[in-house]
Amino acid sequence: MDLSTLVELAYLASAVLFVVGLKRMQSPATARAGNGLAALAMLIAIAATLIDNEVVSWAGILIGIAVGGGIGAVAARTVKMTAMPEMVGVFNAFGGGASALVAAAEYVRLHALGLDPDAATGVTIALSLLIGTVTFSGSVVAFGKLSGRVSGNPITFPGQKPFNALLFAAILLAGAGVAGLVAAPGGLTATSLLLLFSGLALLLGILLVIPIGGADMPVVISLLNSYSGLAASAAGFVIGNMVLIISGALVGAAGLFLTMLMCKAMNRSLANVVFGAFGQSGATAALASGEKKPVRSVDAEQAALVMAYAQSVIVVPGYGLAVAQAQHELKKVMDLLIERGVDVRYAIHPVAGRMPGHMNVLLAEADVPYDQLFDLDEINGDFGSTDVVLIVGANDVVNPEARNPDSVIAGMPILDVDRARNVIVVKRSLSPGFAGIDNPLFYMDHTMMFFADAKKAMADVVREVRDT
Amino acid sequence: MGEMLIGLYVFVLATVAGRELIGKVPPTLHTPLMSGANAISGIAIVGALVITASAESRAVEVLGVVAIAMATINVVGGFMVTDRMLEMFRKD
Repeated sequence: MDLSTLVELAYLASAVLFVVGLKRMQSPATARAGNGLAALAMLIAIAATLIDNEVVSWAGILIGIAVGGGIGAVAARTVKMTAMPEMVGVFNAFGGGASALVAAAEYVRLHALGLDPDAATGVTIALSLLIGTVTFSGSVVAFGKLSGRVSGNPITFPGQKPFNALLFAAILLAGAGVAGLVAAPGGLTATSLLLLFSGLALLLGILLVIPIGGADMPVVISLLNSYSGLAASAAGFVIGNMVLIISGALVGAAGLFLTMLMCKAMNRSLANVVFGAFGQSGATAALASGEKKPVRSVDAEQAALVMAYAQSVIVVPGYGLAVAQAQHELKKVMDLLIERGVDVRYAIHPVAGRMPGHMNVLLAEADVPYDQLFDLDEINGDFGSTDVVLIVGANDVVNPEARNPDSVIAGMPILDVDRARNVIVVKRSLSPGFAGIDNPLFYMDHTMMFFADAKKAMADVVREVRDT
Repeated sequence: MGEMLIGLYVFVLATVAGRELIGKVPPTLHTPLMSGANAISGIAIVGALVITASAESRAVEVLGVVAIAMATINVVGGFMVTDRMLEMFRKD
């Protein structure tokens, strides 16, 4: 068997390991091993590539791997669990960017050799460049929104739609030029055509993401993840490499399906997320009407008393807990209550935290036992027979307005916390959540508002429960 | 059958596989799964290596090395951060 057949077989083994690895990520028990298998698959693919190709200069390759590996390792080790959405966003940007650069390099190589790519190759180069670049700039904007460097509000400007249509037409024209299907517009040289096309694609990525609100960013990150897979697949077509085509397609399909699952959890359609500019209006109107209603506010001592003498407590952790990183303090409060004989459970909304499944990661970090965590469907019927619900930094996911068919969040699956005997809401102010609407729960007779930062509030409650 | 057509077959079949693989993932694992799939998209590193290994001009080499660095960040960072998350899930 010659070397190239061996290398192809190594690629095949790598593709199979990617599939098995992803499959194992379906269950918490095997997920870590699955991730390890996928990493092994990547290592095999890289080794096979280096064996197969006559490497002219190792210097560049080693520098690239050392620099990238160092940055990646440090970032992965130091990132806070609460910053996971940003991290995935940034990694996405690099994956997409790398695919675009591969296509660009192939384009430059062909033109330097004076070879005109055939139509099929030309189209794959243009597609790979487009998807990779859009993934890159879109992910950078999504990162900016999640980390607060760019406003989380939907950004729109007058004439946006006609402008986008025009941009899209320009991209099609320049893309056809890159693909060699039409003469370069305005007689541009190959290099300036490449730069023009990439510039337009960068702009498109930015414009696609800025009108989307911060609350929808996790869905967008997942969608961009799907794009980064497609970009890798397209790069595979460009250089005729099957392992790229397979792995890219796996990620593309998995990402798209995951995106749709998330949309379902929020009762939104994908089209609605991408074009909706959610939470833009209505915020101010809803606030104005809510400002004068009376609320009952409590302090740490009262909150501790109510919980310490309860029989059953359900905690609903949300975005505010994630931001304040209060998961460890929350765990301490609950452990003390359990010691006192209180029945404690955690209710996890599918989109609690900053992205789907994120709350499970945060609570796992704080060592909360798995059997105390319950999904929305499992626990929603139990609120009516619960003494106290403690809401820490959650808002939209517990807003009874979702049952009102006229509300902007109508039909969104919520935790039915208002049916419990007592509700304690830990929140810094009465400000509305992502959806930008007021929450009638805060003004109900059996609701106690505990205005404080989640972390400080939980630390205070720990002391009070100990003294009770 | 041309290479492009074989590639298309492979692409479509892999897409179906990817869709099936995600079918029954519990919401608990959505975040690690997304981050793990993200790391796999760093497979672009293979393309970057191919391009760089055979680079005949300085321009192609520079593009290739930058692509390698970016893809490596995605691969190394992605797998490591996913492992860090899943490690916490392991205890009972």
